[in-house]
Amino acid sequence: MHTFLASFSFMADHFGLLLSRTVDHLLLSAAGVAVALVIAVPLGVWLGHRGKGSFLTVSISNIGRALPSLALIAIFLGLLGIGFVNVMTALVIMAIPPVLTHAYLGVEQVDADLVRAARGMGLTQWQILWRVELPLALPVLFTGIRIAVVYVISSATLAAVAGGGGLGDIILNQVSYGLSGVIAAALWVAVLALVADGLFGAVGNRLAPRGTRV
Amino acid sequence: MSGLLSLAAGSLAAGTDPVIPDFGTVSSCVRDNGVFCVDWFTANFSSVFGPALVQHVRLTLIAVGIGFLIAFPLALLAHFRKWLVRPLGGLTSFLYTIPPMALFTLLVPVSGLSVLTAEIALVAYTLMVLFKSTVTGLNEVPEDVRRAGVGMGLTRREILWRIELPLALPGVISGLRVATVTTISVVEIAAFIIDQGLGSPIIQGLQSPFNTQFIGAGLLAVALALAADGLLVLLGRVLTPWARTRRTV
Repeated sequence: MHTFLASFSFMADHFGLLLSRTVDHLLLSAAGVAVALVIAVPLGVWLGHRGKGSFLTVSISNIGRALPSLALIAIFLGLLGIGFVNVMTALVIMAIPPVLTHAYLGVEQVDADLVRAARGMGLTQWQILWRVELPLALPVLFTGIRIAVVYVISSATLAAVAGGGGLGDIILNQVSYGLSGVIAAALWVAVLALVADGLFGAVGNRLAPRGTRV
Repeated sequence: MSGLLSLAAGSLAAGTDPVIPDFGTVSSCVRDNGVFCVDWFTANFSSVFGPALVQHVRLTLIAVGIGFLIAFPLALLAHFRKWLVRPLGGLTSFLYTIPPMALFTLLVPVSGLSVLTAEIALVAYTLMVLFKSTVTGLNEVPEDVRRAGVGMGLTRREILWRIELPLALPGVISGLRVATVTTISVVEIAAFIIDQGLGSPIIQGLQSPFNTQFIGAGLLAVALALAADGLLVLLGRVLTPWARTRRTV
């Protein structure tokens, strides 16, 4: 119990350090998720719109889930060496499967009658995608983003192994920061992940278009 | 001091060649730290990677086994007391959201740098997936089938064991798949607190970076996860033969 109390005084004494590492941590996570979104959202939405590629998305999500995060970072340590690029690549690969699967499922699950009605009203393919399918797919898509964000924040802790910085730097460096520092950083990361999860959950609940909310 | 000097001078005077330590012959790949040296990997498989792989499998089996023994009864309980689904689901999701590295670190002051600490955290990560998949599997049993069971005079317990659970099996198996693969991933991180599993060659390698050690251990972990996933898919097919016959019809 004493260790945990000591960690709180560490937080008070080294607030600036924790804050700057948290900013690093969040920037790294945001960069990883952003690149993953740019790749996975258009691909998933397009596949969902065409109604094809369920085998592809299911396979990618299964294989993606099977990739242990530390193993990925280790493999890229061998291929890309130590540094930001290594960690970023690993985080992007971890974030793509949930986003891709949910983008695909969200669009694909849109009621076929609604799409037919939209076509009957004379909407073009693009209009159907933008004004019917995407708004209805948004809550599911957002669930995928939420899963990816929490997973990436969690995995970014391992980035310290490959020189990526972030809060993992403190957790892995007991020699410099002492046990209280390590515990403080661990508590900090845990809270960060829980807050991100809660925040994205709250935003996701508001995304369902009016009229479809239950 | 002078004795040492004279000893050195003596051995030089005797004309013996300086001793060059013989570390055996290494391939150019190992000397240049190539991306992946197959010869080094095979030569060190029985001393480094093999034991780590066995430990990895053991840690995973224990965690998923205990996790299932906890989550499955909880899911059955929640199936009969619906109000329990939300709090139990929330609690297990809470545990699942905590980053593994943070949970391992936070448990060390409580239960030490031990396998017990690692297993506590590993079990905690399996609960959410196993609980939710079992509850969902049981919920998805069609109401008509359940009513037919009642009509045939089955008791509540018989309906559970002979109708609901067999029909919920695909859900339970898919939960086991996700839980196993997740655990294999988290066991890798457990190497930060115990010197076991495929994460330990990676973490030991950080002191003197050697690519083959990183990539070898990483690829083995990926292969293990894919193999475990495939095996559980097969298990699911064997356990639910009715699903297969329906597909062929």
